[in-house]
Amino acid sequence: MSNDNLVEIEDVVFGYGARPVLKGINLTARRGQVIAIMGSSGCGKTTLLRLIGGQVRARQGTVRVAGASVGELDAAGLYRLRRKMGMLFQFGALFTDISVFDNVAFQLREHTDLPEDTIRDLVLMKLHAVGLRGAAQLMPAELSGGMARRVALARAIALDPMLVMYDEPFAGLDPISLGVTGNLIRRLTDTLGLTSLVVTHDVQESLKIVDYVYFVSEGVIVAEGTAAEIRASGLPYVHQFVHGEADGPVPFHYPAPSYADDLRLGGVRA
Amino acid sequence: MNKTVLDLWVGLFVIAGIVALLFLALKVGSMSAIKPGESYEVVARFDNIGGLKPRAPVKSAGVVVGRVADIRFDNETYEAAVTLRVDKRYAFPKDTSAAIMTSGLLGEQYIGLEAGGDSETLKDRDQIFLTQSAVVLENLIGQFIYGKAQEGPTQ
Amino acid sequence: MLKQTIENLGHSTLQSVWRIGFAARFFVVMLLHSGTAFRRFGLTIREMYFTGVLSLVIILVSGLFVGMVLGLQGYETLQTYGSEEALGILVALSLVRELGPVVAALLFASRAGSAITAEIGLMKATEQLSAMEMMAVDPIARVVAPRFWAGVISMPLLAALFSAMGIFGGYLVGVQLIGVDEGAFWSQMKSAVDFDQDILNGVIKSVVFGVAITTIALFEGYDAPPTAEGVSGATTRTVVTSSLAVLALDFVLTAFMFRGLN
Repeated sequence: MSNDNLVEIEDVVFGYGARPVLKGINLTARRGQVIAIMGSSGCGKTTLLRLIGGQVRARQGTVRVAGASVGELDAAGLYRLRRKMGMLFQFGALFTDISVFDNVAFQLREHTDLPEDTIRDLVLMKLHAVGLRGAAQLMPAELSGGMARRVALARAIALDPMLVMYDEPFAGLDPISLGVTGNLIRRLTDTLGLTSLVVTHDVQESLKIVDYVYFVSEGVIVAEGTAAEIRASGLPYVHQFVHGEADGPVPFHYPAPSYADDLRLGGVRA
Repeated sequence: MNKTVLDLWVGLFVIAGIVALLFLALKVGSMSAIKPGESYEVVARFDNIGGLKPRAPVKSAGVVVGRVADIRFDNETYEAAVTLRVDKRYAFPKDTSAAIMTSGLLGEQYIGLEAGGDSETLKDRDQIFLTQSAVVLENLIGQFIYGKAQEGPTQ
Repeated sequence: MLKQTIENLGHSTLQSVWRIGFAARFFVVMLLHSGTAFRRFGLTIREMYFTGVLSLVIILVSGLFVGMVLGLQGYETLQTYGSEEALGILVALSLVRELGPVVAALLFASRAGSAITAEIGLMKATEQLSAMEMMAVDPIARVVAPRFWAGVISMPLLAALFSAMGIFGGYLVGVQLIGVDEGAFWSQMKSAVDFDQDILNGVIKSVVFGVAITTIALFEGYDAPPTAEGVSGATTRTVVTSSLAVLALDFVLTAFMFRGLN
């Protein structure tokens, strides 16, 4: 494998209890790219991020980040690796009891011995990058959803990580915030030399900014390609997803016994 | 919340808590337990200790000079062996006598020490030989009634 | 029907044994990760503000009233036997040995314990704990352990304040209002209350209660399902479980401490 790949996932199998979630996933992320992982809700996209972050361990297969196998690291090694990762949670997951400034400064204070002056400069730089330098003294409760997402982004890049993961960064945003967040992900990836891994089901917005897309369904990768390839794809699943059709390969109905049987019509039907 | 304000409040809280503990220790309670280093133990044997309890005061001339450290039943002599812990500052002659007294009619029981005339003083682990048991009220009443009966009917 | 009942019983028994096991492991992990709580004592001080200082008002006011009631009721009973002077003993011993640690602990459980559970539960539900983990900061060391030690330090201080306030309340009612002799009140109290046997044991009790309440509160919060019902259920369970734990532990401790005394 070339050294260009920051994240390499090979044949990963994972499940919660008896319920299988991932059934053999292969995925690579090249350095400097924005990769999107798409799929319908509950298909295991977030689990994939948790595997990369080492919060859960794969049952089979390997997850390698920057050459290190995440599943085999001990607690100390995992924490060292996580310092080089940033993660943006679905609703920001800002610490609600401290200000925006302190949120962004959190990792700097936890992991470095920098003097408070330097921390202040760094925090304001990160906040400036997401356009919220003026909001430094606000509390998270005073922010709108889009602003909270941007603050969380500033916090995720506080230690200049090599990899940033985004869990549904577009969920619940108005069109303006949506565009702002999308552009920000692209711009930060390019200017800071990051690799971005975006888990989303917002096809239109993400296709504008990503380099490569993986489609996950039922625990396996069903399609992959560049944004243009995906738009032009003739695969029924991808077509349904990109165009938002109600029924198709992804069924409208949750798996159930036959409707007739459920309504006790079995005898009549015979 | 400002960090210094927060620190100030917690500081005040801790000081108040410690003051409360000191108040309890100094004003409410007393360090009655005399430390082993500053006291000596003597044993006194009684036929009957009545309602005497561990930690009961040991008094001489009405002044507390020690505490009852331990009460044990001696299975050989069928007596109660009472260990008294007496403050080192107070020395008593070897022939001092001990009696179990009651403060008031129904009050708590304590041990009264009556100094003798010996020139030698009691040392650690010595024994007090002259003892007087507790007065048991039931026995007293019994004796009184028996005495009245002995006198016979007075006509 | 009977089979079903027995199955349910077995299931819930297994379930609670699992939970106790998890709680025990949580407790040990928390102790092992306590380094940060002391190395960066500022974190613990911050939590002492929320658990200790914010509980002060309710503790002081309740202590005062409990002491005043003890003064009144105690006087009523004692004067029947003509021993009003023993009022000081009654008030002080009841407070120092039992009411101080126990009532302060019950108030602490409902004031601070529930707040801890709700806070940790919400931090979990809003993925703040996950986020912290992903930022290579151990939430047990950074969030849980400082709260634990803050609770353990605050509890005996609060109990002492409760007792002191209660004795003051008893003094107000007994001496100032009813007119029991002031000298007798204090001197009888002083001669009957022993530092080791009564006060120290009371302090030990309150430390044990502090450990129990904060552990239960933190575990319930950490273990709460990340939903609104989950957090509210956990908060309720914290108050109920820790109150019962305080009362049960009080019985056990009292049986050990005051065995052989009157």
